[in-house]
Amino acid sequence: MIRIANGQGFWGDWLEAPVRLVEQGPIDYLALDYLAEVTMSILQKQKQADPALGYARDFPPLIGRIAGKIRERGIKVIANAGGVNPVGCARAVLKAAAGLRVAVVLGDDVFSRLDEFLSRGYPLSGLDSGQPLSTIRDRVLSANAYIGAFPLAEALSTGADVVIAGRSTDTALALAPMIHHFGWSDNDWDRLAAGTVAGHIVECGAQATGGNSQVDWQSIPDMANIGYPIIEAEPDGVFTITKHAGTGGRVNSHVVKEQLLYELGDPRNYLTPDCVADFTSIQIEDSGPDRVRLQGIRGGPRPASLKLSISYSAGWKATGTLVYSWPQALEKARAADAIVRERLRLLGLGFDEIYTEILGVNACHGPLAPDASDPPEVQLRIGVRGPDRGQVDRFTRELVPLVLNGPPGATGFGEGRPPAREIVAYWPALIPREEIRTRVEVVE
Amino acid sequence: MKVPLSRLAHTRSGDKGDTANIGVIAWDPRHYPILLRELTPERVRRHFGDLVRGPVERFELPNLAALNFLLHHALGGGGTVSLRLDAQGKTLGAAVLSLEIEADDLVE
Repeated sequence: MIRIANGQGFWGDWLEAPVRLVEQGPIDYLALDYLAEVTMSILQKQKQADPALGYARDFPPLIGRIAGKIRERGIKVIANAGGVNPVGCARAVLKAAAGLRVAVVLGDDVFSRLDEFLSRGYPLSGLDSGQPLSTIRDRVLSANAYIGAFPLAEALSTGADVVIAGRSTDTALALAPMIHHFGWSDNDWDRLAAGTVAGHIVECGAQATGGNSQVDWQSIPDMANIGYPIIEAEPDGVFTITKHAGTGGRVNSHVVKEQLLYELGDPRNYLTPDCVADFTSIQIEDSGPDRVRLQGIRGGPRPASLKLSISYSAGWKATGTLVYSWPQALEKARAADAIVRERLRLLGLGFDEIYTEILGVNACHGPLAPDASDPPEVQLRIGVRGPDRGQVDRFTRELVPLVLNGPPGATGFGEGRPPAREIVAYWPALIPREEIRTRVEVVE
Repeated sequence: MKVPLSRLAHTRSGDKGDTANIGVIAWDPRHYPILLRELTPERVRRHFGDLVRGPVERFELPNLAALNFLLHHALGGGGTVSLRLDAQGKTLGAAVLSLEIEADDLVE
């Protein structure tokens, strides 16, 4: 049996979680997931500004903090912290923790190969839009193939203490140690599917241990010290989800079911670069305090294509807020919204969308929200989106003046006008898997 | 007897682009057939009204006593494009809990 923990569900997750995982109990592998769909484009921009950057900057100082413990206990770290510069990330890690053996997985970054792909007849059509990539080619900011667990397992086999990948899938981070440790073959579909399901459960960190859970949330113990999830994986593909003894949170079958369904599409066809997992085959049972056992998982052959994560510039947006107080808080906010829209119209500004929500009344659930006809206070939130930065900037000047020239009782403008932000949109596409060749390098 | 869905099930929601997913899990697996019968894609579509601009798909997971719903074009463009506060549909799972369903065969 091996123990694989996940200590980071996204870039920005709790900094203490991975430290506690290595200090508060036994683990063999520490997986850390840093990438969301559009993170790569942010990193690409950082690398353009400074060629030494372009990776998750939280990662090297974290390794610096835990280097002593992972060396002492022989814990291996696997992270997709490399972003668009895994080698740069590895160098920063070695600076923060000299003497560790660090391996990187390369080959996922296809930004420089897009025109080659297009010229060879791959349209790279957007899976959401159906349009060929040529329609947005000049606005592309980054392009990476999602890579699976086998290149990460190969990196582990170099004896590395730390494996750094770019755009690996989240599930691969947990599956790779199982492939490496148990020697699973690349067509052992049921075991690969089991490891993939395990990876799906832990990839969002504490969402598997009682975080963001509706399961009697008021009674979940000691959330302040919530334990992050640990997979106890067995060679036959059976595994248990648990957490370190003495930590907060809760692991039971209902909590784990919530996470199994999180961001799920067709449950029979959970596609990864490694296999297709069938979530309708999962057998789940409570097997002890804070322990859930899963087995019976079936899988099928991996898809012939890999998914590309392409990001592109899609205009500008800004969102600003003002708070209105009782009496008539809601009425005042609605009046202010009408005034802003009229002023934008008189200025002749053109946006793709103007969107208004009233926080405290209907922002989350729209028309489904329960009646709140006279709330003590509300926050008016107006956003605009359009192709022209100048026009979006002009909008941002239209909110704060309402404090003096609009309905009475406005406050909450202390941070001034909101910033205009570039919209970096996501363009998933497919490419035949033989086009993507990964390689492993040990960085000294 | 009509009961809110929250009596029978708990939920978690998330996003894939402009599509929101809502997992609905029976508290008691014996109530899964009620969910299967009452919580049709059409019911869910009607419940959300204008909040969902596209079709609603339903997938069955009898092994988990759970249903998975995909709500297409439900997030104002999704991800970074959306102007919504809840651009990732994190709170849509809670919104479905108020749906009133017929549950004469509720097992106490």
